[in-house]
Amino acid sequence: MSLGDLLFYLVAAVTVVSAAGVAFSPNIVYSAFSLMGTFMGVAGLYVFLAADFVAVIQVLIYVGGILVLTLFAVMLTHRIADVRISNRAVGRLPSLAIIAFVGVVMASAAVHANWKMAAPGTPQPTTYAIGNGFLNEYLLPFELASVVLLAALIGAVVVSRKELD
Amino acid sequence: MVVGLHHYLIVSLIVFLLGLYCVLTRRNAIGILMGVELVLNSANINYLAFSRYGTGTYDGQIFAIFVIALAAAEAAIGLAIVLGIYQTFQTIDVEATETLRG
Repeated sequence: MSLGDLLFYLVAAVTVVSAAGVAFSPNIVYSAFSLMGTFMGVAGLYVFLAADFVAVIQVLIYVGGILVLTLFAVMLTHRIADVRISNRAVGRLPSLAIIAFVGVVMASAAVHANWKMAAPGTPQPTTYAIGNGFLNEYLLPFELASVVLLAALIGAVVVSRKELD
Repeated sequence: MVVGLHHYLIVSLIVFLLGLYCVLTRRNAIGILMGVELVLNSANINYLAFSRYGTGTYDGQIFAIFVIALAAAEAAIGLAIVLGIYQTFQTIDVEATETLRG
């Protein structure tokens, strides 16, 4: 086993263990901090997949934006220290049955399907190709995404402001 | 065994199942949103894995960036709604918030 493979297993273990922390932790604050481990581990997996730009975007937006936003929301809703209230979980057994069923089906599909494979080339810098894709082939979705972000910005302000009447 | 496409698919499958479990069992609205983030991350791992091992083009990475942008919008809106629910009901337990009338 080469050093790269060993590092992959380490990063994958960090990702999976902290995702399990998010799913199973009885305290919502611990869940939120486990989410940071998951996001960093996923960014590491992106680096292994030769996606340097997406990995940086992952760290900037998920860890720097979404996670901070989530932590603010956790802190702004009170009684977080009370474990029984903060992160209640119900219906564990039916949920476990559902995810076991879904997991078996999807794992067999992932392992047995005849994926179209090609030998991966040496990792190249990706920003040039991604920028060209955004401004040529994916121009319309790119502009639509900007409209969606503007609508989300205005919507978040409208939803969370206090009524003035 | 050399790390290949299947390793990434299995890792993303595990993350997806944990996110699904989180969405199914949590009664805290923020916990449910965390589960959704896990599911979106697992989808992104799959996009990038197929982009690297399947097609060899950059389309998967561009899709992953779109997913990240929409996840940011979803988190902003979702958490704003959660704070609005908290102002109205003094709780974010989704079982306590059954009425549509504010």
